[in-house]
Amino acid sequence: MEGIELLINLAYALVAALFIIGLKLLSHPDTAKRGNLISAVGMFIAVIVTLLHQDILTYEWIVLGCIIGGGYGAYKAKSVEMTAMPEMVSLFNGFGGLASLCVGWSTITGMDAFGFATAGGFVFTTVFLSILIGGITFSGSVVAWGKLSGKLGSKAVIFKGLRQLSIAHLVGFLVVGALFVNNPDSDLWLTCAILLALSFGIWATISIGGADMPVVIALLNSYSGLAATAAGLAVNNTILIVTGLLVGASGIILTNIMCKAMNRSLMNVLLSGFAEPVDNAQAITGEVKIMDAQDAFYILEAAQSVLVVPGYGMAVAQAQHAVRELQMQLENNNCTVNYAIHPVAGRMPGHMNVLLAEADVPYELLYEMDEVNPNMESYDVVMVIGANDVVNPAAKEMEGSPIYGMPIIEVYRAKTVFVLKRSANAGFAGVDNPLFFKDNTQMILGDAKETVNALVREFGDS
Amino acid sequence: MELIYLLFIVILAAFLGFELIRKVPATLHTPLMSGSNAISGITLIGALAASGGENNVLTTILGTIAVAMASINVIGGYMVTDRMLSMFKKKKKED
Repeated sequence: MEGIELLINLAYALVAALFIIGLKLLSHPDTAKRGNLISAVGMFIAVIVTLLHQDILTYEWIVLGCIIGGGYGAYKAKSVEMTAMPEMVSLFNGFGGLASLCVGWSTITGMDAFGFATAGGFVFTTVFLSILIGGITFSGSVVAWGKLSGKLGSKAVIFKGLRQLSIAHLVGFLVVGALFVNNPDSDLWLTCAILLALSFGIWATISIGGADMPVVIALLNSYSGLAATAAGLAVNNTILIVTGLLVGASGIILTNIMCKAMNRSLMNVLLSGFAEPVDNAQAITGEVKIMDAQDAFYILEAAQSVLVVPGYGMAVAQAQHAVRELQMQLENNNCTVNYAIHPVAGRMPGHMNVLLAEADVPYELLYEMDEVNPNMESYDVVMVIGANDVVNPAAKEMEGSPIYGMPIIEVYRAKTVFVLKRSANAGFAGVDNPLFFKDNTQMILGDAKETVNALVREFGDS
Repeated sequence: MELIYLLFIVILAAFLGFELIRKVPATLHTPLMSGSNAISGITLIGALAASGGENNVLTTILGTIAVAMASINVIGGYMVTDRMLSMFKKKKKED
């Protein structure tokens, strides 16, 4: 059996290489699809060689699990709307967490007294970690999914004693962890560990507001990888450890990017539910100017360059295809159209990019915040579609504002700004937006999709 | 000694992960996340032994749940990532 063992491990090394190549190819849109395929081939090889393992005697349960899981996964992958990607990714994070929890747990359910006596503290520590991280990932992701899909309210749920509750959980982890590692054959501490992890995931996520969701999803993504690593340590499987860490690193980098884009620390995002709301020190004065689509059309018709800044509102209104239509009309009119994407626009990292890609907008037209800000004056018209906080000049001007210091797309420096918005209310963060009161800003109120379609029709008629 | 090797692997894999992911452009962050969903389905490997081994009932049940959950990630993750990446297109050449 030595030979088989060696073969499996060699195959695992190949699989790790394929995953790495796959991730490397993901660094450019042209090669990304190939990268994904290579990574999938790696996964396929990993599964096949594992099935050769001597420990695997019966296949019916495996086949059953694969059919149920694979069928559901394939159905979700085919049917999910691009606007609903954040929910789906968060749900998948949760499934990953649950899988790691079960794997960690299953390593001790099969042990007899002899096994418990010889396994050693390291094994039980890793089992505890995989149950802990897996459990937090699972329940946290389910809550995140509920918030994103609107099944739970998206507002942060805050109540007195939340901080104490969190501290109690953290202390509980240490105590239960120590008791479990020392009494691994006790069902009591095992159950405590599972319940504690699930409960912490719920409270930690439920207290975070909807606008901070990109950070939470990225973080849970990272946890799902770390849970796989912990499970890998528990079952002593190198490929699980390595691969889990790749995913863990990916999630942490994304989390970091999101936090930077909001000028907040991770701690601040996670604990923001506890913070006192800040008073708006300055009142905003001025008048909101409202324009109808026809007048907006006359300005757009004369424009040489237009910048579109999409936000979550574009996703909600499903306006991306209409925006693409408008882009084509503008281009036929010899106007250049670019898009500026703020890192936290939408409900997950890169959400806007996928929506625009779905609508056939070439990715070369999409620019990041730092690329457009220096040239902002050169744009004749900036169209803000369903974005609010990411273009809010309060982040620069109003020191008392909760979003003060957050890097924004500085659209107010453009010649004209159109804000397409359902109503003139405050944005998701509940912060007033001085942009609406600027001299060069025109509000076009109404459903973003209908407004953009109206503009497209005007172009069609002319 | 075993533990030391594991530590080496952990450190190297973590650094490799950071270097690889850092190069992924913002435009591809959503496919990166769904792709890493798929990759984290590697837990499937650990689940297979629990599900198909000569084990007691509870272990088999846990293993089978884990196989199902991880398969969702693997199949769903790769498929949806592929679907998304197919949408990313270059500007069409002017003719």
